[in-house]
Amino acid sequence: MTLSRREFLHLMGLAGAAGLLPGSLRATSQRPTDLYELPRFGNVCLMHMTDCHAQLNPVYFREPNVNIGVGGALGKAPHLVGNSFLKHFDVTPGSQEAHAFNYLNYDAAAKTYGRVGGFAHLATLLKRLRAERGDGNSLLLDGGDTWQGSGTAYWTRGKDMVEACNLLGVDIMTGHWEFTYQDREVIENIGEFKGEFIAQNVKVTEEALFDYKFSDFDGFDEDAGTAFKPYTMRTVNGVRVAVIGQAFPYTPIANPQRFIPDWTFGIQDERMQAMVDQVRATEKPELVVVLSHNGMDVDLKMAAQVTGIDVIFGGHTHDGMPAPTVVKNSTGKTLVTNAGSNGKFLGVMDLDVRNGKLQGYQYRLVPIFSNLLPADPAMQAYIDQVRSPYKTQLEEPLALAEETLYRRGNFNGTFDQVICDALNKVNDAQISLSPGFRWGTTVIPGQTITMENVMDQTCITYPETYRREMSGADIKAILEDVGDNLFNPDPYFQQGGDMVRVGGLDYVCDPNQTFGKRISEMTLDNGTKIEAGKKYMVAGWATVGSQSPGRPIWDVVADYLRDQKQVKITKLNTPKLIGMAGNPGLEDYPAA
Amino acid sequence: MNNLRRLIIKGSMAAGTLGVAVSAGLLMPTTVLASWPAKAFGAKDMTEGLATLLGSNDMAESADIKIKAPDIAENGAVVPITVTATMAGVESITIAAPNNPAPLVASFDLLEGAHGYASTRIKMGKSGDVIAVVKAGGKLYTAKKGVKVTIGGCGG
Repeated sequence: MTLSRREFLHLMGLAGAAGLLPGSLRATSQRPTDLYELPRFGNVCLMHMTDCHAQLNPVYFREPNVNIGVGGALGKAPHLVGNSFLKHFDVTPGSQEAHAFNYLNYDAAAKTYGRVGGFAHLATLLKRLRAERGDGNSLLLDGGDTWQGSGTAYWTRGKDMVEACNLLGVDIMTGHWEFTYQDREVIENIGEFKGEFIAQNVKVTEEALFDYKFSDFDGFDEDAGTAFKPYTMRTVNGVRVAVIGQAFPYTPIANPQRFIPDWTFGIQDERMQAMVDQVRATEKPELVVVLSHNGMDVDLKMAAQVTGIDVIFGGHTHDGMPAPTVVKNSTGKTLVTNAGSNGKFLGVMDLDVRNGKLQGYQYRLVPIFSNLLPADPAMQAYIDQVRSPYKTQLEEPLALAEETLYRRGNFNGTFDQVICDALNKVNDAQISLSPGFRWGTTVIPGQTITMENVMDQTCITYPETYRREMSGADIKAILEDVGDNLFNPDPYFQQGGDMVRVGGLDYVCDPNQTFGKRISEMTLDNGTKIEAGKKYMVAGWATVGSQSPGRPIWDVVADYLRDQKQVKITKLNTPKLIGMAGNPGLEDYPAA
Repeated sequence: MNNLRRLIIKGSMAAGTLGVAVSAGLLMPTTVLASWPAKAFGAKDMTEGLATLLGSNDMAESADIKIKAPDIAENGAVVPITVTATMAGVESITIAAPNNPAPLVASFDLLEGAHGYASTRIKMGKSGDVIAVVKAGGKLYTAKKGVKVTIGGCGG
């Protein structure tokens, strides 16, 4: 444990003593300031937000109870949930910060502590921290997945978020879902973004270089072939800081390549090493950081292989880690953070950089509780204005939630089950498949499910549904393929999503097995064995290869919810697991 | 655009495309080379194909061969592969994908003094190794790199 961890916990202890423990009805009205009193340390402050998925207003977001680590990741951050998580990070059970980091006692704690995130509340915290650190002594980094994830982001093609980020004062960003708009829209959005967009691992394909349609774009380097500026140099409180961008390496695989045909990605860790070496040699930085959308497991491996990076600020896998992981490599060590998702957290790293190098740091992953941080009036006015044309659509009531509806976790969440059940019912299918995204906000019991909640779970730029026959062998192949993206013991083969969600289908999963051997005993809901050669009617959405013919998924789910009126999950299609007993990445799992 | 760069890219692409077209059976061997080794490139088994082409299966693993290929292919139909061999006297570089129906993909004969370098794109139907075999000083050396071909989707 680092010194900064201890101080953070001490701070949190004070917050607890000040009346923030659950059960205290006055907790939310007291508005104690302790949680946001972050003592200054060192001379450079790097603030990091990531994966807010366009959530401008405060939301509910339940953290997972299943986040399994296999191979070398077993039992290590970020593959810890529930009590194992609290114990590892020494967080007081039942405390307000425990609620931010954790799913335990979710329903009651969500009611007590209220919504999290929101750009107006984040803006207030940022103003305070910037004032405390002094003008020019901090940077705001955005790890991406910022311009997608809400109805308004979808309808404005990400533009509502570009302007919100400009107002927030984002200095530097990289991307992933930003690339799911058409390439010309990506270029346009980056043009309107007032900060810098960086990515060392995105090149223009050799074919496209013949006659590149964005050859006038500022970030394009013809000689290097890079589509975006790979890194940037900033002077923070007199310290030269290099920030290198790492976009999501598997964007054209996990998302449609057809929207961005000219760009090629990849982890490119050799290019990263060359970039670090070159930057260190030519720019003489005192601090080198990477703003990454690799996902935490990939970042941990990259930190062990690439030398010369002081800190990797990570995202993608939505792991809200209270402390960085310190990774040793052949020449030194690298800190790896991951700052959660949906606007819940701001990572604040205060660094002491002297004599040309990093001497020490303090890190806090600060939860944004909207009841504790007043909304910044200018940001709230902007949010209200940008939402106003869509207000009626967003606020349409669809059904009543009788239990917590959430997505995050390695297997079906309850909201996924709603989507899968909707696909089966509306499309008259036997089996449904739904992508294992890690975004999607939570609805708590007693809340009315609105169209906005459905959009938060589904709005992508390839929302079309399909209904088609597949053989049992095809279905197994899909499950095995996605299972390997999640449970491959080599992080470089992990794509950072969760398992494909299923409706009408039960199976047994052995995460420790190798490709093609993890999935077995597939049955229909009624227990009938799935046969490899037999055909089944399957409904799904979010096809990556080509556009599907059916209606957008949100229309299908909305139809179903209007019809249901009240939502309680009768059956969660979550697999029975093999070999997972005692795995600290799993708690309260119904079919362990 | 830089003319020299364009020329280099054009050159490398032309070579690459030719190799792929040949292995995919799009061009009749006779239109390409008089002595097209049809038996080697048509072989269903990699060991047999390599032995037919190179005259031997006796090859040693070598750290002097570097294969650059993606861990996960963005498009299995055009997987970019670059082989660099740093040993002396490289005579040929052969690329194979054992899980392909016809595993032998391309072979480049190099003139004396040429750098041991070949770059092309290959088609891969499913995940598997990419094998490079380098002939140098009359001996065969080999290296491999795994490439995953996935159905995609479901990213976080």
